[in-house]
Amino acid sequence: MSEFVIPNKIYQPEWECMERSELESLQLKRLKDAVKRASVLDFYKKKFAELKIDSDSINSLDDLKKLPFTTKADLREYYPFGFFAVPRSELARIHASSGTTGKPTFVGYTKKDLDTWSTLCARFLVAGGLTSDQIAQVSFGYGLFTGGFGLHYGIEKVGAAIIPASSGNTQKQIMLLQDAKVDTVICTPSYALNIAEVIKEKGLKKSDLAWKFAHFGGEQWTEEMRERIEDALGIKAFNNYGLSEIIGPGVSGECAARRGMHIQEDHFIVECVNPETLEPVGEGEEGELVITALTKEACPIIRYRTRDLARLYYDKCPCGRTTRRMSRVKGRSDDMLIIRGVNVFPSQVEEALLKVSGIAPHYLIELYRPNNLDNAIVKVEMLPETFSDKMDELQKLKNRIDREISAITGLHFEIQLVPPNSLERTAGKAKHVADYRNLKIE
Amino acid sequence: MLIKQLSLFVENKPGSLYPICKVLQDNDLSIRTLSLADTQQFGILRLLIKEWEKAKEVLEAAGFIVKVTDVVALPVVDHPGGLAELLKVIDKYQLSVEYMYAFTFGHDETAVMVFRFDDPANALEIFKKENIEAIEAFNLFK
Repeated sequence: MSEFVIPNKIYQPEWECMERSELESLQLKRLKDAVKRASVLDFYKKKFAELKIDSDSINSLDDLKKLPFTTKADLREYYPFGFFAVPRSELARIHASSGTTGKPTFVGYTKKDLDTWSTLCARFLVAGGLTSDQIAQVSFGYGLFTGGFGLHYGIEKVGAAIIPASSGNTQKQIMLLQDAKVDTVICTPSYALNIAEVIKEKGLKKSDLAWKFAHFGGEQWTEEMRERIEDALGIKAFNNYGLSEIIGPGVSGECAARRGMHIQEDHFIVECVNPETLEPVGEGEEGELVITALTKEACPIIRYRTRDLARLYYDKCPCGRTTRRMSRVKGRSDDMLIIRGVNVFPSQVEEALLKVSGIAPHYLIELYRPNNLDNAIVKVEMLPETFSDKMDELQKLKNRIDREISAITGLHFEIQLVPPNSLERTAGKAKHVADYRNLKIE
Repeated sequence: MLIKQLSLFVENKPGSLYPICKVLQDNDLSIRTLSLADTQQFGILRLLIKEWEKAKEVLEAAGFIVKVTDVVALPVVDHPGGLAELLKVIDKYQLSVEYMYAFTFGHDETAVMVFRFDDPANALEIFKKENIEAIEAFNLFK
């Protein structure tokens, strides 16, 4: 039996299969450049001065350890454009990721950054079966979220035809899949399961579709889910990873051997650290990923703490790529939730509630996954200040809560008003999340 | 005269009314009448209780949210057109009714209609002008 689930293809062997020594000297050169570019930013200027370092202090990849970490809180502190290192005239695109509170985090791209990003997406798309004669449907939302546009331009780079279906309306998605004989689909794994469900309900068979490949990102999933999806749809599914603070999708992706995701090491250095001590963990041990972008022009970012927990593998992959690989993301070292592919922090919900009532009531976010789609509920304890004897006032209150939460998170939650003191408090501290989605992580 | 009504927030699930009634029972408080407005997920329980101040205090102490609202209790004669008489006035003055509920007590030939108006004091004036006397708390709870 072949060790590949599909033919083994490499988009840019000259970069993806470089000798390690060659790759590492490229990384060192690019790291010095990245530090130089970062030095124009107030944040890094200050940090580098405190640590008495500059680009000349970087003489080996090991010197990466001398550099300071960057956190989400740092990005927020310099909102909106404090991490932008190029003049406005050089900006070509701005995306945003959800912040821990109302404000998002902006990320900018120069024309060259966009080209790099498309190329990185093209690499994992080709590794996962995309060819120029295919039709690919993008079922990620097009917008501030980096998933939609990132994959769109990656597909364009490969030369395949794109159906920019965007997210939602499963019936229409299936009609497009069937009528346009789509080969490749880009979506979240839970959405693929939902499509599979609806296809079954409609009495369609997998042979009614031309669908062969899927590229999944944006949320946590498991090997068990992969088996179910591949079985139900007769496709091969590939995992990719990225985050907008770094670039978007394209930081890493699976190859035909599917032994973890190849990190695109000519553009990123990924470290794996203990989230408590920030000391590196060993190969194959779980830790928090810390990423340095080596080539980003608009928004240089050094040692960004992703809060994503995963493992790194250094051994050789049969596909011929020489890059290190990472496991699936197994969890978070903070309280961020991923709901329908959207990143949500409980603090965002809290901020919305504060806006509605002036005081933050106790609340609980409950997550379920019936029919493979996330169902998100926010239970809000009634306050004497907001209670009314009129039913329409309470309905209006529910609507206001819904509006405020969706304004901040971009998601609609089902709002449930519950009596005071009815939500569980452990040792006086409120519990804010109950996740019943039962994601079994291998 | 305006009647004080207590409104409580309740969840729409089995067993949620009992704890409220238990608190009233333990404090020897009697409910004259109640009305329940509900949605699939929650409801508003409205209570008329003679010693409403004490009821509010003990219910709040037990952790419930209690709101006091002024309502108008009007007599409805138990014959065809009894309610229409009242509604004619409401229509004539374009009074807005938030909600209403009815009950009977004693062996009287009249029922009681409880109205929650936008502006209860104004409604009371209007009924007085139209020679319809609102029921006094004294009579309602006798």
